[in-house]
Amino acid sequence: MNDSPDHRPAIQFRNVSYRLDTGYELLHNLNLGVQRGETLVLLGRSGSGKTTTLKLINRLLVQSQGEIYVDGRSLAEWDVIRLRRMIGYVIQEVGLFPHFTVARNIGVVPQIEGWPADRIQQRVHELLQLVGLEPQLASRYPRELSGGQRQRVGAARALAADPAFLLMDEPFGALDPITRAELQREFLALQQRLEKTVVFVTHDLREALLLGTRIALMEAGQLVITHTPDDFVHSANPLVQAYVDAFQTKRSS
Amino acid sequence: MNVFQFMAQNHTEVLELTAEHLWLVGASIVLAVLIGIPLGILITRWPLLKRPVLGGANIIQTIPSLALFGFLLPAPWIGARADRLAILALTLYALLPLIRNTYTGIKGVDRAVVEAGRGMGMTDRQLLWQVEFPLALGVIIAGVRVAAVISIGLATIAAAIGAGGLGEYIFRGLAMVNNQVILAGAIPAAALAILADVSLGWLEKRLSPH
Repeated sequence: MNDSPDHRPAIQFRNVSYRLDTGYELLHNLNLGVQRGETLVLLGRSGSGKTTTLKLINRLLVQSQGEIYVDGRSLAEWDVIRLRRMIGYVIQEVGLFPHFTVARNIGVVPQIEGWPADRIQQRVHELLQLVGLEPQLASRYPRELSGGQRQRVGAARALAADPAFLLMDEPFGALDPITRAELQREFLALQQRLEKTVVFVTHDLREALLLGTRIALMEAGQLVITHTPDDFVHSANPLVQAYVDAFQTKRSS
Repeated sequence: MNVFQFMAQNHTEVLELTAEHLWLVGASIVLAVLIGIPLGILITRWPLLKRPVLGGANIIQTIPSLALFGFLLPAPWIGARADRLAILALTLYALLPLIRNTYTGIKGVDRAVVEAGRGMGMTDRQLLWQVEFPLALGVIIAGVRVAAVISIGLATIAAAIGAGGLGEYIFRGLAMVNNQVILAGAIPAAALAILADVSLGWLEKRLSPH
């Protein structure tokens, strides 16, 4: 996986569709490339297919048609367990293991990867620092943390085995505005240092503009357009304008 | 003479019958746990098996206990001794709550937690033993609790086929039309049931995820 040339997109969708067993199409003919080290934001309203797109990357869902490439290799060729362990995954509900301490939660991937205990402990310590949590939180349980702290633990857990990729599904969606802004800032600072290849799902335009290297707007299972944040707000595309307008009215009301 | 004087006078026999009763119930619960929990896990992995397995366990529950003891009588090694036969019958009755609670316990684990585990690259086995089973344990113990309380009651009927236990007093009392003798069996059996309920309830609470 190290020999793939850098000009090739790190993640690529080619003519990808996803249909439910009932025949209902959640994603239609998606073509999209994610460059190494960028933060690609999938923006769109509920049901637009952005979470589906995300889950196709770590094979929690399997496309009905088309091909998806990670590091230049088709997903079908990847061992799914190996693939997932090199892709950090952060979701809105966090999904922390309630019966594990913070330290064990963060150390899950290293542990299933068979790292020795002292190395895991050291890594957990580093990560707590990285995401701005006090070391004494290590022995707490998720229920004893605030929403913001939980989301930080979720991020630390996703970063534990130093994956090249991060998939983030509305990770700040359930937080209050102040904590959310704080975590967004820290995400930016962290991403500047770590340069992971990030696919970030959100419905929040401001979050997309703030965090994205590029923004891919999705609507009804289709990709509308991909733009840099600057181009996005000035786009002539009617669907993009409608989305931007919706946020402006929301802000002024 | 009241029932407690009767029990005090016959305390060796009361203790013997209680021990027999505990043996019947304990052995059958252990067997039911060993069979029921794996079956419950199996049907979370193979949804096609869910209906036949739960259906089968359900049908067993509908067979009247006396009839089940009778059906099993001709079985080779089993039918040779009354206690084996009683243990087998009680095991069969205990299966349903165990299979059902194992299944619902695992299926009831927070979807986000399971998805996070799978998305991080846990194998099915790691997901089961590190996440799903520990989080389902409270519900599974609740199944053991129901099974134990049912078994303690049902085991009194095992005396009808000569398997011993506190049912001896109940049947003897019925034959003699002597309430004291009936109560000498019924009171300790009820006490055992309450004890099992309380202690397993405590365990259930301790093992439930926070």
